[in-house]
This record gives sequence, structure tokens and C-alpha cells, in this order.
Amino acid sequence: MFFRFFKNLSKSLTLLFIFVATPSLNADWFDLNMTRGTTEISNEVFELHMLIFWICVVIGLLVFSVMFYSMWAHTKKKNPVPATFHENHKLEIAWTIIPFLILIAMAVPASKTLVKIYDDEAGDINIQVTGYQWKWQYRYLEDDVSFFANLSTDLDEIYNLVPKGENYLQEVDEMVVIPVGKKVRFLITANDVIHSWWMPAFAIKQDAIPGFVNTAWTVVDNPGIYRGKCTELCGKNHGFMPIVVKVVEQDEYDEWVFNKRQEAIKLAELTTKDWSTAELMERGQTVYEVNCVACHQTEGQGISGIFPALAGSEIALYEKDRHIEILMEGVQGAAMNSFDYLSEVELAAVITYSRQAWGNAEAGDGEIVIPKDIVDYKEPKI
Amino acid sequence: MSAVIENHHDEHHHGPAAGITRWLFTTNHKDIGTLYLWFSFAMFLIGGAMAMIIRAELFQPGMQIVEPEFYNQMITLHGLIMIFGGVMPAFVGLANWLVPMQIGAPDMALPRMNNLSFWILPFAFFILLSSLFMEGGAPNFGWTFYAPLSTTYAPPSVTFFIFSVHIMGASSIMGAINVVVTIMNMRAPGVGLMKMPLFVWSWLITAYLLIAVMPVLAGAVTMMLMDIHFGTSFFNAAGGGDPVLFQHIFWFFGHPEVYIMILPAFGIVSHIIETFSRKQLFGYSSMVWAMLSIAILSFVVWAHHMFTVGLPLAAEIFFMWATMLIAVPTGVKVFNWVATMFRGSITFETPMLFAIAFVVLFTIGGLSGLMLAIVPADFQYHDTYFVVAHFHYVLVPGAIFSIMAAVYYWIPKWTGNMYDERLGKLHFWLSFIGVNVTFFPQHFIGLAGMPRRYPDYALQFADWNMVSSVGAFLFGFSQLLFLFIVLKTVMGGKKATDQVWEGARGLEWSVASPAPYHTFSTPPKID
Repeated sequence: MFFRFFKNLSKSLTLLFIFVATPSLNADWFDLNMTRGTTEISNEVFELHMLIFWICVVIGLLVFSVMFYSMWAHTKKKNPVPATFHENHKLEIAWTIIPFLILIAMAVPASKTLVKIYDDEAGDINIQVTGYQWKWQYRYLEDDVSFFANLSTDLDEIYNLVPKGENYLQEVDEMVVIPVGKKVRFLITANDVIHSWWMPAFAIKQDAIPGFVNTAWTVVDNPGIYRGKCTELCGKNHGFMPIVVKVVEQDEYDEWVFNKRQEAIKLAELTTKDWSTAELMERGQTVYEVNCVACHQTEGQGISGIFPALAGSEIALYEKDRHIEILMEGVQGAAMNSFDYLSEVELAAVITYSRQAWGNAEAGDGEIVIPKDIVDYKEPKI
Repeated sequence: MSAVIENHHDEHHHGPAAGITRWLFTTNHKDIGTLYLWFSFAMFLIGGAMAMIIRAELFQPGMQIVEPEFYNQMITLHGLIMIFGGVMPAFVGLANWLVPMQIGAPDMALPRMNNLSFWILPFAFFILLSSLFMEGGAPNFGWTFYAPLSTTYAPPSVTFFIFSVHIMGASSIMGAINVVVTIMNMRAPGVGLMKMPLFVWSWLITAYLLIAVMPVLAGAVTMMLMDIHFGTSFFNAAGGGDPVLFQHIFWFFGHPEVYIMILPAFGIVSHIIETFSRKQLFGYSSMVWAMLSIAILSFVVWAHHMFTVGLPLAAEIFFMWATMLIAVPTGVKVFNWVATMFRGSITFETPMLFAIAFVVLFTIGGLSGLMLAIVPADFQYHDTYFVVAHFHYVLVPGAIFSIMAAVYYWIPKWTGNMYDERLGKLHFWLSFIGVNVTFFPQHFIGLAGMPRRYPDYALQFADWNMVSSVGAFLFGFSQLLFLFIVLKTVMGGKKATDQVWEGARGLEWSVASPAPYHTFSTPPKID
């Protein structure tokens, strides 16, 4: 019996080992150092990092070798009578002054690079980057293009139900596109809590802070796809709002801008279209899953004590006007922010969806909201 | 007859009270020291259990064990409990036991306040831990609790968190005042300031830092309380407030705070290296001056935690240079320890092993700190696992190893029994290997680009995260061995001599082992 138990145990341990060892196949054991990045600045930062790194290694080795020598040569066995020396002003001055000089040797090039990074002249392209819980909004100030970038990794991958893809947690539904060789300036801010926009390949990390606009710039010469992350704890899905920048040739960039504008025009036309409840529901579900589900959850049940439930909520059942107002203005002093940056169609669809889904239609008045309602809400204020 | 009465009289005044009241009402510095030390060990195990949950979740990519929401509660409580419940009370406990004995004083100067400052602590942590069971969960905004995540967007339990931080702060301030008053007023005749043992010096400086910055922390959490409940907008941009102001206030507390957690360690390690090298400390006065410079500099470097918030260029350069300057006095300390060992007559008992590991690993943590001070490089390091590796190197094999070294070093004096040297060494090697396997790979993970406070990560970080988790489990479970060793020593063991260690110097070694309940009721004679 005991034998069988151990046999089973060893079998399950072997399986566990195989299971555990699998991810090693697609990961790199030797991914140990900072990325060199792709821009002039990121290369300079990398060189600076290596310089300091080697200085630290040498200092460490010197200090530790003296120490390890003592541990080897000056044991009680080998050196039964300890020396009695103490305090030596020359030595003490030397070990104060020499580190000081080494520090200056490190600080000077670091300050020079920093001055370069702080060159804050206007860019050829200015992109406003806004952090939201938990997605990024990009607004191209000159080209009048605006969109959100959400994590596109499937929840099933995160919860280990299906194998993880190559760009697990590093992929988004819409990439930031910038042209090669142009000075691109990012104007970084946030809508709710503090986020931080980090693109290692450009050596840019700037906090996105509500009420502040921080700037960072880059010039990228190599086309390609670059991946970064949010680096300031911003709540539950902090680990799930990656950044992807696609650097393309100028003509490809122009084409992309053209297409984005066409899309915007099409979206505006949708506002005047006649919408059926089913159409609104379908679109609303998509909007809900991108913008609302993180807090209010898939079945509209919310999270007790933090995020209120929508299923069966008085507002979703009977108070259509208040429902619109909450989406447009947010709730003061709570995590619910204004969503007025969504289009009229998206707002109408998502409100309709949350008034119809999860049995709300049957329980309440089941009123739907059409894009015109949102336009009307905005009207008197203009 | 009269002799009997006198004996009775003696016991009544000089022995500990019986039963639980001994601990509840005690004003004895040794009892209170013991309470602090056991309390901090309990918190160390609770905070450690949370670390185990964190490392178990990070063992593999994907979400397996906890949800991101709970993960954030774990990282927050782990940090708060280890700092305010683990490291700080352990040092206060050591100060209670050792400062009076090292300066030849009969007790702490303010014994009743001493009792109070300990006994409010369990309540503070009861409140903090109870928030785990509240609706909306425990605080989930990281131990640095940046506004507005910790104000407008916080779970309701944040109010309890604020209250608990206030109590911890009050306890720390009382403890610090007690240390200052004791050292300033109760030194035995002949113990001049520049004759005080270095542990006493390190605690004097630490106590001043505490008195200076704990009120700042109290101010920060009070402003949060106002923002949350009374409609102010200190940190709320929508109301004209400034979220960056929070960080300035927090780190004006936070940076001296990290030295609060390391200065007493400097004192401890100096004593232990001196003892087991059987050689006088190389440069006593330069050690004192180095600690003082570190303490003073700690007030002008806070913004190096904030290089990415968008400070003006001049501020970035100032804080970079000021931060790098700290490497000079820190270097002086390390060189002093090495020079003390040089041509000594060294033996490697458990306290010495921990002290040597402290010097090596703290230096590694210090060097990575120097790298972090370089602003352009910090843009790449900031808020990644490189930072996690850095501060765990200075806190775990730094502060915590020094506390363990201190326990092994002084426990024969406290209990009268020697600890089991073989088990002590085993504990050391398991901890040493565990700590390095845990935190060294985190340098790689961070440089390769994994941000901290992530419950899940991209596949290229998988291997080293797994290694790190294995190390963490090893380190975590090894601490149960520490508990066993301490209990075994308290229960019995080889009797310790009064001198205990061949090379030990200082007043605490001149009293009996175990140290009598009252020591130095009459001041000792100092040559």
C-alpha cells in the first residue's frame, strides 16, 4: 500500500515537473539584461547602465576579495593573536575621497544624458496619452485621430484554459502608430488614478498623473513593433494594460491616418441611423466588455462593497435620465468616472445593454436609449 | 525572623509579577523588549505567509491561486506588516533589551510610556489585519499608498488603515522619545557620548529620525482622511489638489524611514564583527560620523523615489547627486567592517555568519541603489523588479539578517542558555541560500522589463520567476527552524558564561547570564 502511494506520488511529481517545465520552452533563460532599445537615447541609457554596472562590479569585487582574504587568512586557527591597529587617517581620507571621485565620474555623463532627455522642443507629431483604469487613450493632436488601446489577450489564456500566445499580456486591440525619423512628443496624463507609460525600447517612462501633463519625446529610426507596460500600481488590472507602438514608414503612416479619419466619419454617421434594440444590444455588449466588465463584472453583479451591481439596480431599472447622467458625468468621490469620451452610439448602446441584460428588461421599465438621447443630453450645455 | 521578612521584601520588589499580569502591566525594559521581539516575530511570520502567497501566484504565468484584487491586498499588507510590524518593532525590542544594559542604566527613562508604546501595537495590527475580512477587502494600493488610488479609489477599509497607521506612528514616536531620553539622561558616569557602544549611537540617531518623520506620515494619512471623509481636495486634482504633493510628503517620511530600518543594523553588525574578529573596531568615530551623515542626507534625497513624476531638470540633477553622495558614508562603514576583520582572529559562529552575509549582501543592495540613483538609467529601472530586488537586498539580508544575528548574539545573555550552534548554522545556510535564490534573479527579471506589483507576467519572465519562488519557499520555511531554535534555547541548553563570547566587550557582558531582572541598580564603574 505504501509502495503504491509512493509510486503514485512519484508519477504525479513527474507530471508536475513536465507541466512546470513546459513554459521554459518558449522563454529565454538568458534574458538577463536591460534592453538596448532602438533610439539614440535608449542606447545612451544602456551604455550608462553598463558603465555603472561594471563600476559597481569592480568595487564589489575589490571589497569582497579583501574580506574573503581575511576570512581565509585571518581565522583564529591561522592567526591566533589579532592585530591591534585601529584608525589610520591616511587610509580613511583615501576611502572617502576615492569613492567621491568615482561618483563624480558616474554622475557627469548621467547628467549630460539627462539634459538631452529633457530637450523639450515641440515635436513633429504630438500625441496625448491618457491613462484610464485600465486602458490607454491616444489622441493625435494634429491629425485629429483618437482611440483607446485595450489588452487583447483572451481571459481564457490568463486563466490557463487555453495555451498562452507568443505575445501573452503584451498585445492590444489597437496599436499606436508613429512614422520613422520624426520627433514624436507624448503628452502624458491620466483620467483617474496615477499610471505610468513605459516603453523600454525608447527609454521612456513617464508617470501619467491626473491634473498634470508630462512630456516625453522620441525619434525612432527602425520600423517595427515595440512593446511596453504600465508601471505605476493603478488598481486591480494594473498588470493588464500594455502598450504597443508600431513604427512605420511615412507613407504607411499617412495612409493609416487617412483610414482612421474615414472610420471616424463613418462612426459619426451612425449617430443619425435608426437603431433597433437588438442592434444596440449587440454593440452595447461589446462596449460593456471593454469598458465596464472589469468593475461591474460579466453578469452585472459588481463586486460587493467596492463596485455596485447593475443587475437589478434601481437606476438601471427605472431611472433612464439618471443612468445617462452617471455615464456622462461620473459619480463624485467614487471610482465611477465620466465616460463622455465614448461616442454617442457607444454610450447609447452600452446604456441600453445594461438596462436590458441580466433580466433588467423584465424587472424594470426596459426603456432603451438611442444615440439621439445622448446628443440631446449634450445639447443644452453647448 | 528579620532575614525572612527582608527576603520577602526583596522578591516583592525585584522579581517579575506572576502570570499574565507580568506581561500586561510590566514596566521592565527586559520584559518589554521580549514582548516587542515576540510580537515582531509573529508579524514576520504573518507577513511572510503573505509573501508565500505572492510567490505562489507568481510561480507561473497566468492567474492560478488568487485574483488580481486579492493579490494587490497581499502586496500592500506584506509591505506594511514587514516594515511596521516586523522590522521596526524588532529593533525597538533590541533597543529595550540592550540600550539600558549597554549604558549602565537600570531601565528605560520612561517605563510606563514604554508599556503603553508596546501595548497599543497589537491593536494597530489587529485593526489592519481585520480589514481583510471587511466588505471591499483590505487596502490594495501598495504600501506606499499613492493618492488618489488610496483616497477616491480606495476600498472602504482605508479608514481603518489610516487609524492603524496613526497608532503605529504614536507607538514609534513614544518608543523613540524613550530611547532619546534614556540615552541622554541615564548613561552611567564615565559613559561619554563618544564612548557609547555603536548600537546605542545607531539607536540615538534612529530615534531622532523617527521623531522627525513619523509626524509627517501622520500628516499624510490625516490629509487622506480629510479627502475621503470631509470633502477636502489635498490630493484630488479635480478639486484643485495635487496627487504629486502626496508623494513628496510620503517620501519625505519614507526615505528617512528606510534608514530607520538600517541604522540599528549598522550598530549590531559593528558589535558582532568586532567580537568575532577579536579586534577593536577599526574606526569608531568615523562610524559615528558616517551614521550621522547618512541620517542628515536622508532628508534631502526623497525625490529619488519620484524621478518619473515629471520633476524639473534641476530637481532631477540635485536629487541624483545628493543620493549618490550617500554612497560615501555608506562606503566608509563597509570599509570599516572589512578593516576590522583584517588581521583579526576570526571565528565563524552563527551571529558572525549572519553579520558577514549582512556586509556582503547589504553592499550588493547598496550598489544596486547607486545604479538606481542614475536618473536616465532609473527611467528603465523604476518600478520594475530591479527595484524589488534592490530593496529586498537591503531589507532582508540587511535589516532582517542583522536582527537574527542580534538574537543569536545576545540570546545567551537573555536566557542564560547557549543556542544550538549546529542548528543555528543550518538556519543560516538555508536562509542565505534562500534569500539569494529568491532575490538575485529578480535583478534579471527587472532589467528584462517586468514591472513590480504585477499579478501576472509575459512569458519571457517565466523561468526566473519560478526560480525566485522556489527560493522564497526555501527562505520562508527555514524561518520555522529559527522559531524552533529560539524556543529550544529559551527552554534550556548549555549554560552560558557571563562573558558568553571570548571577544565580547561592553557592559552587558559584565552582568550575569541570564541577565537578572534588574541590572545596574547602582551605576557601574567605568575606567
